[in-house]
Amino acid sequence: MFSLKQNSWFIRKVVIWRAVASIAWSVLLLPVTAAVFVLLSRFSLFHPIQWISDCTSLLAASSTVFSLVVLCGVVLITGFFNLEFYTLVPAIPCSRMALLGTVLHPRQCVHSLVYCTMGMLVMWCASVTIGGRYSTLGTPCRQSESGEVVTCLNEYHLFILLAGAFMGYSHSFLGVVQNMYYVSFQPIQQYKYPRFKGCLPMVVKCSVIQALYSARNFAAFYFFFGYAPKTWISSTLNLQIDSSIQPLDSLTGLLDFSLLYHLSISGTFLYLTWYLTVLLFRICVTEAYSFPVQSTFTEDAEQSLPKVLAEKNTLVMKFLALQDLALLSHHSLSRRLEVFSLSQPGGHAHNWNAISRECLSLLSELTQRLVAHQDAVASNGRVKSQSASSDTRSASSSSSVVSGTEDIAETPRLSVPLRTPGSVFKSSVGGANNALTAPFTPDVNSPFSSPAIRRLVGQQDRQSPCFGTEQSPHIMRRGPKLWSASTESQSSGSPPASPATVPSPPAASQKPSFLAQWLQNRREQLPEASSQALFADSQAHIWALQGLSHLVAASFSEDQFGVVQTTLPNVLSCLVVLLEAVDRHFKLPHASSKPVRTICSMGDSTYKTLRFALRAALKTAIYKITTTFGEHLNAVNISTEHRKRLQQFLEFKD
Amino acid sequence: FCTLVKILCVSGWLQPCDLPSPQFTRDTLKGHSRPESSSRSAFLDQRDTLWMRSAGAWRDAGLYGLLDEITNSAEEVPRFLAVGSACVLALLRWASSFHGSLFPHLTLSSDEMVAEFSQMLDWSDSALRSFAWHPHTDKFAVALLDDSIRIYKSNSSATPTLKHRCQRSVCALQWKPLCGSALAVACQSCLLIWHVDPTSLSTRPSSGCAQVLSHPGHSPITSIAWSPTGSLLVSASPVDTAMMVWDVAAESAVPLQRVGGGGVTYLSWSPDGSRLLAATPSALFRVWETRMWTCERWPCLKGSCQVRKLRKLSITVFELMYAFIYFFKLTFFSQTSWDPRGERLAVLLKGDSQAVNHPSVIAVFKTRSSPVFELLPCGFVMGEAGAEPRFMQFHPHFQHGALLTVCWSDGRISHVPFYFSSAGLLGGDSPQQALASNTADHSSNKLYTEQIS
Repeated sequence: MFSLKQNSWFIRKVVIWRAVASIAWSVLLLPVTAAVFVLLSRFSLFHPIQWISDCTSLLAASSTVFSLVVLCGVVLITGFFNLEFYTLVPAIPCSRMALLGTVLHPRQCVHSLVYCTMGMLVMWCASVTIGGRYSTLGTPCRQSESGEVVTCLNEYHLFILLAGAFMGYSHSFLGVVQNMYYVSFQPIQQYKYPRFKGCLPMVVKCSVIQALYSARNFAAFYFFFGYAPKTWISSTLNLQIDSSIQPLDSLTGLLDFSLLYHLSISGTFLYLTWYLTVLLFRICVTEAYSFPVQSTFTEDAEQSLPKVLAEKNTLVMKFLALQDLALLSHHSLSRRLEVFSLSQPGGHAHNWNAISRECLSLLSELTQRLVAHQDAVASNGRVKSQSASSDTRSASSSSSVVSGTEDIAETPRLSVPLRTPGSVFKSSVGGANNALTAPFTPDVNSPFSSPAIRRLVGQQDRQSPCFGTEQSPHIMRRGPKLWSASTESQSSGSPPASPATVPSPPAASQKPSFLAQWLQNRREQLPEASSQALFADSQAHIWALQGLSHLVAASFSEDQFGVVQTTLPNVLSCLVVLLEAVDRHFKLPHASSKPVRTICSMGDSTYKTLRFALRAALKTAIYKITTTFGEHLNAVNISTEHRKRLQQFLEFKD
Repeated sequence: FCTLVKILCVSGWLQPCDLPSPQFTRDTLKGHSRPESSSRSAFLDQRDTLWMRSAGAWRDAGLYGLLDEITNSAEEVPRFLAVGSACVLALLRWASSFHGSLFPHLTLSSDEMVAEFSQMLDWSDSALRSFAWHPHTDKFAVALLDDSIRIYKSNSSATPTLKHRCQRSVCALQWKPLCGSALAVACQSCLLIWHVDPTSLSTRPSSGCAQVLSHPGHSPITSIAWSPTGSLLVSASPVDTAMMVWDVAAESAVPLQRVGGGGVTYLSWSPDGSRLLAATPSALFRVWETRMWTCERWPCLKGSCQVRKLRKLSITVFELMYAFIYFFKLTFFSQTSWDPRGERLAVLLKGDSQAVNHPSVIAVFKTRSSPVFELLPCGFVMGEAGAEPRFMQFHPHFQHGALLTVCWSDGRISHVPFYFSSAGLLGGDSPQQALASNTADHSSNKLYTEQIS
């Protein structure tokens, strides 16, 4: 379950320590944010001196120290969750059903539960800190008829606690929807402190906005459903409900400025604590790491760049190695010379060969993936076969080490119908993408790919008049739902080319049930999701392209032994083939449509534009090589078509 | 020192190859008649409800507009609201005027600011607004008074015209290096990236070919600079203390904020991409190193002490070059341009608009960077009678020497060739490559302050 057991040296020696550093920093920041929170929560405009003295005495009080200890515990758990859940390749659900499946997945439920509890804990601390009417759950009150003093339910305290649970759940929910645990890399390198400073205003703004949204939603929620938890708590804990006080689940009770102010302030504090932890984790884990190009000692051999690049199981190490490659190719002359050097006894160019082989295999893997996708996609731009059938899946997941995210990463590839060459499919399943697994990321459509539902949807498909008609794409295009009709037929194993064998359905005898129709609508592909999913890990490809092109261009003047020249034809043809595949992919509908930009959210949406970044990086890489080599390229042994394409680049006509 | 070797008076143009040299007059280009906000006076005043007016004011002019509206309609709102908003407005105005007294350029309007910091002299009056050579091909883009951009190619009569809704008050243009098609345009409100297909014959590429990049608080943009590898684009605005580093394909920006200086007006990359110069409106500029993006401040003390200090530091030629260019630009030159081989330096000397025979003129210097830095006067470039140079740029890869392209005040664009054979580099690599190799290994190359300390 946890990745710690099977991990490589990199996780043990680097990633863990980076995570620990980020958690330590967030714990250190906690008193600062808590102090600001105390100042804001006790704010009074007209008694500034009393306000300041109140706050200072409160900050030194034992209850505050205890709250801080509890908050430290919350931060530790958040940091642990960050470490366990983080992913460098986002999970992109390709349909609404898949998204729903992710949200309702058991692991996600556990996650939500933990976050609800943490939200309540933080809010409890907040209410204790604010004090006054919020501090305890029970308050003494006088019963109206008898006049004796009993313990009543303090609804304000309950309100704040429930708000914490609500915010915790919405954080966990939005974490899935917005890919909160996706860690992206910045286009430029910065030291940690300037980067943190630069991101801080954004994080504060996000947490304020998120807190205001959550406060609004929670107020509405409490207005409608607040009665239930109130009565439940009061009956379980045997607390009276004070009828003399205005109940909070009414309009007049909610329109209490001070209550709403305190709610949003503590909500902001809650979100800020979490977001800062996430931010610090992102900053620490994406920090560049410098791998030695060649190791002096044999025991360090596994830590050298060529070995690390070939590593498939530790995705974060592979990404950082590729980043390091891009950086060294760009910035460091001495390390480039190491790459171009020959091995001492024997005179082999081991370093360059290993690095270029790894980059080229990464790029050609992307090419194959794109070609397979293009083969699979029908003319209307949707995936023809949703072969998310459980058999394929179980086969693939049993072969892999950790099944979790693989399914998500695999979703676009699983949608490749099985008639595509098996080797392609296999290699992409068993290859580098096993490494895309981060444990814990929930399995997307498993709860919903049950045969029952498929039968439910499939039943309706049988009624469609052109069921299984691959021959008539026109009709398929006309009916918006029919693509999945043919889908189901394929995935359920009936041969698509022989519609005659299909028992002709009793036409229109039974209407499709409402549920079936609804389900089918949900199962329709979200536009451009499949395209995003195809390029989900393209940051690695971008670095490979940058590193490769810069190294090749630098070799023009720096490569003394001509080691790069031998692989130049391979590099060029690989780039051109990839360019053709990418160009063809961008001709598909939805592929070139820009995603809507999210205004302010902690979730990183960089992955949505990775395909554009990849295309730009690819063209720049080819231009880099062609402008450096110029007419010398004519002497390189490549096929005529590729030469023609490169000629366009030489003339800057692409 | 100031012996004039040769005066190159250019009246009949010696046209190298077949570069187009178009001419634009102010009459044929109709600029915007009036800005949007002033068109209000053309309509009858209509009384909306207070809510509608407040919403409109908020949309048009933000918080200021809203407060202004509330203060002005004192009879419709509760008294305390009107008084409160008047107080807040007064406070805001006081604060902004205080801020403006620190940085006087902040009191300028957006258009005035663009005119002030544009590389084009006399920007607001000129028919030509900006000019940029493509770094690799014989192709250039010109921004015109009517906010359109035209692209001219040699050997081609097709001149695509680029127009976009957001393309207002173009202040700078730059083609993306290592790319055939992308052109970055600095506009008043945003940054546009045009993708003009070089093979297409269309004369009006649709606005769908343009990416719009904007960041709140980051306008007007007066300077843009692509990194020499074409991977990053940096943009600067005189009102924003942060400069933006854009990942254009992903449309995301990383703000690099440094307090002090009041904004960033001018950006320039070193040829090898290891440094970035960022000038501010006040007497301060920064040099960023582009590996970890740290910077150092260079206050521009007046005079030669700074130059002497520089000489003591045994810095590389590129840095001296920048320092030199920057100091002289601050004092009396308005624009300098270095040819890509590093052999000719053109300096645009700003004339005196009051005096009659004191026009702007371009002085050309011969430069050599090794063994010691040398600067020899070479001549002047003057235009036709009545035409003054407004902008100049060297052709990035002219075969037979250097080619200076000049935009004149009469709307003409002309090309002045300098034919020479490279002095110290027959058979060698170009000085730029030599410069680049000086600073190739960045890890060992620290910033100057680190070197002295």
